[in-house]
Amino acid sequence: MRKLIDAPANQQTGDVIGKSQPHESAIRQVTGQARYVDDYVVPMGTYHAAVGLATDTRATLKGLDLEAVRQSPGVIDVITIDDIPGQRDIAPVFDGDPILVDGEIRFHGQPLFAVLADTHRHAQQAATKARVVSEPLPPCLSVSQAHEQQRFVRPLHRMERGDWQAGLESSQHIASAHLSIGGQEHMYLEGQVALAIPDEEDRLLIHTSSQHPSEVQKLVAEVLDVPLNKVVVDMRRMGGGFGGKETQAAQWACLAAVLARRNGRAVKLRLPRAQDMQATGKRHPFENGYTVGFDAQGLIQACHVDISGNCGISADLSDAIVDRAMFHADNGYYLGDCLVEGHRCQTNQVSHTAFRGFGGPQGMIMAEAMMDRIARTVQQDPLSVRKRNLYDADARSETHYGMPVGKPLLADLIEKLEHSSDYWQRREAITAFNQGSPVIKRGLALTPVKFGISFTAKHLNQAGALVHVYTDGSVQVNHGGTEMGQGLHTKIAQIAANELGIGTDGIEVTATRTDKVPNTSPTAASSGTDINGKAVQNACQQIRQRLAEFYAASVNGDADTVVFSQGRVQCNGKSTTFQDLVQQAYIGRVSLSASGFYKTPKIHYDRDTGKGRPFFYFAYGAACSEVQLDVLTGEYKVTRVDILHDVGNSINPAIDRGQIEGGFIQGMGWLTTEELRWNADGKLDSNNPATYKIPAIGDTPAIFNVDLYPRANDEDSIYHSKAVGEPPFMLAISVWCAIKDAIASTADYRHDPDLNTPATPEQVLWALKSLEEPS
Amino acid sequence: MISFLLNQQQIDITQIDPDTTVLNYLREQCHLTGTKEGCASGDCGACTVVVAEPSDNGKEPLAYRAINSCVTSMGALHGKQLLTVEHLADGQTLHPIQQAMVDHHASQCGFCTPGFVMSAFALYHQHSNNTNRDAVIDALSGNLCRCTGYRPIIDATLQACQQRQPDKFTQQAEHTRQALLNMQNQPGNVPGLYRPTTRSELAALKAAFPDATLVAGSTDLALTVTQQLGTLGDVIYLPSVVELQRLQQTEDRLIIGSAVPLSTLHPWLVERIPALAELFQRFASLPIRNQATLGGNIANASPIGDLPPVVLALEGIVVLDDGTEQRRVPASDFFQGYRKTALLPTEWIDSIEIPLPSANTVIGAYKISKRHEDDISAICAVFALTIEDDVIRQISSGFGGVAATPVQAKTLAASLQGKSWTDKQTCEEGMQLLRVAFSPIDDVRGSADYRKESLARVWKRFWLSHTPGNETLPVRVIEHA
Repeated sequence: MRKLIDAPANQQTGDVIGKSQPHESAIRQVTGQARYVDDYVVPMGTYHAAVGLATDTRATLKGLDLEAVRQSPGVIDVITIDDIPGQRDIAPVFDGDPILVDGEIRFHGQPLFAVLADTHRHAQQAATKARVVSEPLPPCLSVSQAHEQQRFVRPLHRMERGDWQAGLESSQHIASAHLSIGGQEHMYLEGQVALAIPDEEDRLLIHTSSQHPSEVQKLVAEVLDVPLNKVVVDMRRMGGGFGGKETQAAQWACLAAVLARRNGRAVKLRLPRAQDMQATGKRHPFENGYTVGFDAQGLIQACHVDISGNCGISADLSDAIVDRAMFHADNGYYLGDCLVEGHRCQTNQVSHTAFRGFGGPQGMIMAEAMMDRIARTVQQDPLSVRKRNLYDADARSETHYGMPVGKPLLADLIEKLEHSSDYWQRREAITAFNQGSPVIKRGLALTPVKFGISFTAKHLNQAGALVHVYTDGSVQVNHGGTEMGQGLHTKIAQIAANELGIGTDGIEVTATRTDKVPNTSPTAASSGTDINGKAVQNACQQIRQRLAEFYAASVNGDADTVVFSQGRVQCNGKSTTFQDLVQQAYIGRVSLSASGFYKTPKIHYDRDTGKGRPFFYFAYGAACSEVQLDVLTGEYKVTRVDILHDVGNSINPAIDRGQIEGGFIQGMGWLTTEELRWNADGKLDSNNPATYKIPAIGDTPAIFNVDLYPRANDEDSIYHSKAVGEPPFMLAISVWCAIKDAIASTADYRHDPDLNTPATPEQVLWALKSLEEPS
Repeated sequence: MISFLLNQQQIDITQIDPDTTVLNYLREQCHLTGTKEGCASGDCGACTVVVAEPSDNGKEPLAYRAINSCVTSMGALHGKQLLTVEHLADGQTLHPIQQAMVDHHASQCGFCTPGFVMSAFALYHQHSNNTNRDAVIDALSGNLCRCTGYRPIIDATLQACQQRQPDKFTQQAEHTRQALLNMQNQPGNVPGLYRPTTRSELAALKAAFPDATLVAGSTDLALTVTQQLGTLGDVIYLPSVVELQRLQQTEDRLIIGSAVPLSTLHPWLVERIPALAELFQRFASLPIRNQATLGGNIANASPIGDLPPVVLALEGIVVLDDGTEQRRVPASDFFQGYRKTALLPTEWIDSIEIPLPSANTVIGAYKISKRHEDDISAICAVFALTIEDDVIRQISSGFGGVAATPVQAKTLAASLQGKSWTDKQTCEEGMQLLRVAFSPIDDVRGSADYRKESLARVWKRFWLSHTPGNETLPVRVIEHA
């Protein structure tokens, strides 16, 4: 049993919470039985759809000749925007996402039309045969062009504290820099896919690979112009989501639905990989800058952080994403008097979207960039400067948006990791090694993470659940969250099992369905377990209370003293099995089904003042990474990583560790090998896995130590656990800093090199050359 | 008739579209949906299956190889056993690989999992005594996972392979082998998809179907079907031709049959020319190397193929055959333009001959790419120098990623022959020459400037690695066996 510090009392966590249960689908996954949408047995006569993509980056659509598409073998139907019976815009929050090109082609790869055929291949082939007449318009292809042309998808937002200009002027040292931060392709292994099955009259069942079934339901209903109650969305599992299926899975379901309605057949629409990569948004590339003032010890006095997200063509979720970048520009550090500005730049790229961290990483890396620059300027070890700037419990305890940080856990967490990773001994060893090694250089960095947990759109912080107990004592649990591999259903089963005092074998967590739990929030913002777990707990507690009252009455006991544990129920010296009690309760006409609900308390944010408490709590972590770098070629290898991460009171340590390791490696990919490249005309060149390189198995560090920080969440989250989906992603910033450390070694650590991300070997080579003495 | 075992069931196919990939056959015709499509281009490994075939090593009855079913022609299955993820468990008992994956929490979203299970299963059947971490990484280099970060997958595979037990496949191996041998005795042709077994059969088919596409590993050609949505038309499958499968060493040369899979060629060639280890290890992934061939890599003449630079630098000869006559074309004359070669429409590549390097030849073969495993080179550089008493007698070279074809740097030879190898000036001069030797392009793998600069710098690495006093310096971030 892990030792808990400050563990709040009265936690009923039995023997199932805190246990490393295997993923609920693990056996089905390793045997090939786990089904994804493309694997489903389809209804008789199912047709297949494909989309035709625009090859202009920005143009007026003058003509779309689809005759050759219609004549292509196997073609059944072709639709354009004019064939959409209802709403044509499927934007999630703010308008701007037509389901198909509507007059103006606005990015390369924008879907122009959809075609239906007897086979997937026929549909794909037909989709290549359209003749497009277009009149090119000048595209906007970069953040700097967007600033020049004043093109923004949403207005500027500011967070400001104190007289930061005066603070900068009076600082002993000032440093400024610009950082280009690359975006990231989600590269979920299962691409976008939907299956629409028409039912009687205007009813429809949709199977989709989506993090947001309720939004799919709403948008399908809107494009078909039917009420929401006619559409059921069913989502069993995704083959990865990472944010890429939060808003951008809906388009394919909507197109399949329109074609299914028109043709009275089931329709499957699955994007081939290259289309998926072109037609769906990515993590936002950012162009950020900072000016920071600090004293001789490297303590920040004041700063100005200017953040510009490349949002692509429309708002999508960009307002909240750039906000989150701004909320995280401090990472774990007190910024002094400061101004954080966030621009939402519009470009003629696909609309960039949610991706694990949701803007947080692109803000947080600025804090770490400042730390490195300050450290080299004042000639101290970067870790010392980081520790000096951490939030404390006194005057430096409030974020730049006015939220008290609470107990400053990072200092303790960093100290523990510093020790367990042997930071200082290795620092010495590395410095010595580098002195004797002209070609291979080693680098080391320890960086923290502080990540705010909650949707910043307050209304999304609610969840529902539906729990049924059947007469054999087996339990079915449904909730609003979706399973994308993160182990949500596994944790949910543990929560339900714990509340009902039975084993997880007795719990079946079913597909997420809009007809079981309505009006759900997306599974995003790391909130899946936090909010849905609480809703499931709420439902289970209602049933447990009814059972307790029923049993207490039968044994002349007090309902408050009934104990549910290990499949048995005890009261007043008597006991029975859970199954028997359920049968008795059924005969006794007790309801064995309940819906649960939860809303996150305490949160608020005022956009007008830029102040509030947008987060229920913070999740923390720190990572120490070591790299080996070849100064001849810029190639490098991450050789050792030590992580200490705060998941509060872990519900399932194995699953949490999986999120930490997986998030770290994905973050490492973002900062190292994963390079999105658009050509001068705005076409994405890195549009397949041959040209876009996510980490492969050899990139996993040979030494990879991961520990959980043993401390319960101070807030009343589910069993005082903490969210874990996104925060570990940003632990990988330590890799970027370690690469910079190795580069800096070539100039005796006097300079902090400029190193844009991703830090491909090429970027590293240019950074090395920038430090080379002119010969 | 194409005959194979699908798991335990014999399948006889008399008619099939030659463009059908094994993946689509499994998913669409057999409804075996455990095998996934992640990219349909051999880059992600979600579609990995295992083929077993009679082994000729005299030890095990069957040899198991993981392949990417999304780029595999049905013709490749004749006389083999095709194993899919659905078949590994023994009733309710998981295969040790599967159990280890569960025990180590090695699946999250699960979409890549069947592919990993199959690659790990192939490793499980390699019957090596001590499977270490490097072997696991090599075996799983063609499988991408976006969720786990790989650590639990490595641990699971290591544990299962270090505690190997006979499984149901071991028990059935002799029986399976016999069934496969019987099938192999039958011709494996279906209309439009032909599998010649000898040079003369190949010549006859080539005459009968002059427009047919010659297919070896199909790891690149298959993209015509899966990515460009085109067709290969009639297909003649080359790996069944016995003459194209030879590996032969004569007194002065190595003769490599054009259709030998690279994973077979790898240990044989690296034993004879150890400097090539890195390039082979980093050539795509193991499942691709299990199908791809040297003949295919050369015939396709891609400027970013990794083996043409080797053949150029080692002054290889490409032996072309039309069934009646063979002609021997130096590799330097074979590549004529962007994806244009000296191969006539009536010919095929019979073999590649590589002169055995002399004892005083030093060879360096380097690849630079964004990702270490399974990536296409930004540049590939191979140097071969003959040095006598510190004097450079001969330099030959081959490069990929710097021009429209695989190329040599003639200026290197012209300027440095006769000079002192250990002279620092030789290193500097080579760097200067290589910086201006080519006019590469900017593309997704690297800028022109990076390509020029890194060419110069791998020359420096080569020089450092082979000059006295420097050999002990660490010059690599990863050491290659």
